Amino acid sequence: MALKTEEMILNMGPQHPSTHGVLRLELELEGEIIIGAKPHIGYLHRCFEKHCEAMTYPQVTPYTDRMDYLASMYNEFGYALAVEKLLGIQVPERVEYIRVIMGEFQRIASHLVAIGTYGLDIGAMTPFLYCFRDRERILSLFEQTCGARLLYNYIWVGGLSHDLHPDFINQAKDFIKYFRPKIKELNDLLTNNKIFIDRTANVGILPLDLAINYGISGPNLRASGFKWDIRKDDPYSVYNKFDFEIPIGNGTMGTVGDCWDRYYIRVLEMEESLKIIEQALEQIPEGDVTSAIPKRIKPAVGQVYSRVENPRGELGYFVMSDGSVNPFRVKVKGPSFVHLGIMNELLKGYMIADVIAILGSIDIVLGEVDR
Amino acid sequence: MKEYFKNAWSALFTIFVGMKVTFKHLFVPAVTIQYPDVKLQLPERERNRLYVNMDDCIGCDQCARACPVDCISIETVKGLPGEDLGKTSNGKRKALWVTKFDIDFAKCCYCQLCVFPCPTECIYMTDVYEFSEFERSNLIYDFVTLTPQEREEKKINYAKFEAEKAAAKLAPAAVKPAESKEAPKP
Amino acid sequence: MIYDFFLKITGSNILASIIQSLLPLFIFILPFALFAVWLERKVSAHMQDRLGPMRVGKHGWLQTVADILKLIQKEDIVPNDADKPLFNIAPILVFVGSYAVFAAIPFSGAFIGSNIDLGIIFIIAASGFVVAGILMAGWASNNKYSLLGAMRSAAQIISYEIPTVLVVLTIIMITGTTNLATLSEMQTGHFWNWMIFGGPNFGIAKFIFIPFMIINFIIIYISTLAEVNRTPFDIPEAESELVSGYHTEYSGMKFAMFFLAEYANMFAVSAIVTALFFGGYQSPIGYLGNLFGAHWLIPIEQFIWFTAKGIFFVFVQMWLRWTLPRLRVDQLMAACWKYLIPIAFVNLIIIGLITVL
Repeated sequence: MALKTEEMILNMGPQHPSTHGVLRLELELEGEIIIGAKPHIGYLHRCFEKHCEAMTYPQVTPYTDRMDYLASMYNEFGYALAVEKLLGIQVPERVEYIRVIMGEFQRIASHLVAIGTYGLDIGAMTPFLYCFRDRERILSLFEQTCGARLLYNYIWVGGLSHDLHPDFINQAKDFIKYFRPKIKELNDLLTNNKIFIDRTANVGILPLDLAINYGISGPNLRASGFKWDIRKDDPYSVYNKFDFEIPIGNGTMGTVGDCWDRYYIRVLEMEESLKIIEQALEQIPEGDVTSAIPKRIKPAVGQVYSRVENPRGELGYFVMSDGSVNPFRVKVKGPSFVHLGIMNELLKGYMIADVIAILGSIDIVLGEVDR
Repeated sequence: MKEYFKNAWSALFTIFVGMKVTFKHLFVPAVTIQYPDVKLQLPERERNRLYVNMDDCIGCDQCARACPVDCISIETVKGLPGEDLGKTSNGKRKALWVTKFDIDFAKCCYCQLCVFPCPTECIYMTDVYEFSEFERSNLIYDFVTLTPQEREEKKINYAKFEAEKAAAKLAPAAVKPAESKEAPKP
Repeated sequence: MIYDFFLKITGSNILASIIQSLLPLFIFILPFALFAVWLERKVSAHMQDRLGPMRVGKHGWLQTVADILKLIQKEDIVPNDADKPLFNIAPILVFVGSYAVFAAIPFSGAFIGSNIDLGIIFIIAASGFVVAGILMAGWASNNKYSLLGAMRSAAQIISYEIPTVLVVLTIIMITGTTNLATLSEMQTGHFWNWMIFGGPNFGIAKFIFIPFMIINFIIIYISTLAEVNRTPFDIPEAESELVSGYHTEYSGMKFAMFFLAEYANMFAVSAIVTALFFGGYQSPIGYLGNLFGAHWLIPIEQFIWFTAKGIFFVFVQMWLRWTLPRLRVDQLMAACWKYLIPIAFVNLIIIGLITVL
């Protein structure tokens, strides 16, 4: 008689050190091998979309901050663009430049968290603290400009809450000078480490067709080898004025679309962001940042979909107006939520230790998954 | 075979490279500070606890309406005619007694949306960030400068005034309401 | 020698042996664990551009004492469905395992718990004892993470004992002794007599030995690192995967026992490496005692040298921990069976041939 065996169900999370928030993964295990994974979400649900219906248009902005709390600037950016499209207003050139600078700084900050926590998931704690050290400098820049470090409420519909701090441009240039060697140090410490490569290369391979079928976007899609970046392919704001590359994964250490590629895309993107910031700081025109802010936002009846390239992928806002001061509907298409859908496909056949590696490389923010 | 030794070598080599980086950092001064002893210099645009300068407040309720989380609650009582409520620092005449101006910092999301609409710039964000409390109710800050008795007095005064006014209005037409009571007929 | 000393004072066999066996615990393991935890925090902090504990005492040197005081006061929580006897025995077993190792460690010429001839074999056997405790802890906790951690730990410790033993065998082949005190005594004189530099015998063989000895040292260092579950081999308690592995459910003093055992173990394996390759308690440059003619000073100096060498290797362990990510279970096994064991075997054969010739 064969020995009866059964699969072990392991609940990973919601209280677990490396589920990046309050995600619960229901894993079916055979020994250490995963044969099924079911993400359970909703522990952080705050009714963002319902809340918006009771808010006026400017009041929604602080709420968007709280979705993807690691990339607040970009959430506001997307929302502001959507409502401006609905209103049909043009914002001053300077505002667009500042938005791009802030957005790219936010991208670096967000990628630093992604990279740092990824190292932490794999077991290296030191790169995490180095990343946070550098992120703090970016947050200080933000704090100096708008007064807050995490939830900015800086990019408003039609403009910005404050102009740049007089010292901002110098400090931003200092930061760029400071940060370039740090990327190299990070590569020495983590990216090229043999153990790190062993843990991440050839793990969690996401084939391109699967990625497209699941609607993956952002660095995760690019790591699978597809050059798709809304900043280039559907340029918004002033992104068409800058010269930058879109790095794609090419399987340097293993297969195209593995965890290492997804990780390394983020490292490369930080450098591209630095390039964009450098150019923007050179070109930034003078102007008034608050001149185009409407006194009373009351768009005509209509609806609009606008999308931006969030650090994590395509962040889309669908805003519908019924002609009142409150939006009739604000629907968000968040990248993290979409990316979480692929967990089951991606995790099958790997080990428990790989769950962490794969989940970390997808880089989700639960605040945005649950909203 | 070559692959085998290359693997072993690259493992050792990259470990040494990493160790070199961390060793260098042993002698880099710390970037952290000893918080309660040393405090960071906060930028001037710092957004922390709100403060309301009641001398300038005209009770217009704009901040409360701008607030996305409804953490500001304002109640006002109209001043009596002839009563001087003073002027704000930018020359606006006050017309309302503010009898309640509570900000619940447990709810406040520090978004600064209340600051911009204020016509007299009397509500603003300060750099005070250490105000944690054990009781949630202690986070409701009362900014009104009037004493509770004064507030009651103002309310009563105005109610009296209203009543007098109403009485004055009603006095000549005291009979009318009685008539109109019978008015609604199907 | 210490035994004789206490026998003279107390006049009782039993009392003398009890004192002798408790001595390493109180004069060494406890203070060392306290110091090592503090060192670990400081090393990690400074490597990460932080300051680490700064409040309790100057630069926080009393922080671990405060922590232990806190742990003693804490409630001892036993999960409802835990296997209580096993759950309670496990931390003691783990601690005993790592404590027993100290019996045969030669701290100095005059201070060795038990100068047994099979010293090194005893140490390897006693440290294998820890596995039983870890498995018990993992099983008794009735927690899936704990069980996974314990199973990983058992597999890991047993696998990594093989390269350790192979390396120890090469040393035994060269020196012909398993007694650690004798081994240390052999490496006397200056640092070129250490085993890592080919041992005390001058000749061509000594210089041929050096590269193999360095490889041997790397192998034994890596495998002992794995035996004490330190990064990059800390997968049994990998906090990002298994929360904290087999001691997830432990609290208070029982947790402190695991903690203490881990740090005691760290020193124990460093001591083995020191004794085998780095001259044990021998000074690399000669003794002050000899210089001044004060011979009573020598054992104390030896003790200091041994501790210093041990702490240096503990520091390297910490250094590695705060630099490296951790391996996966299969990679860990692959590293052992595909790399360490074959290389150790080849080393064993080559060194065997050289010794025979």
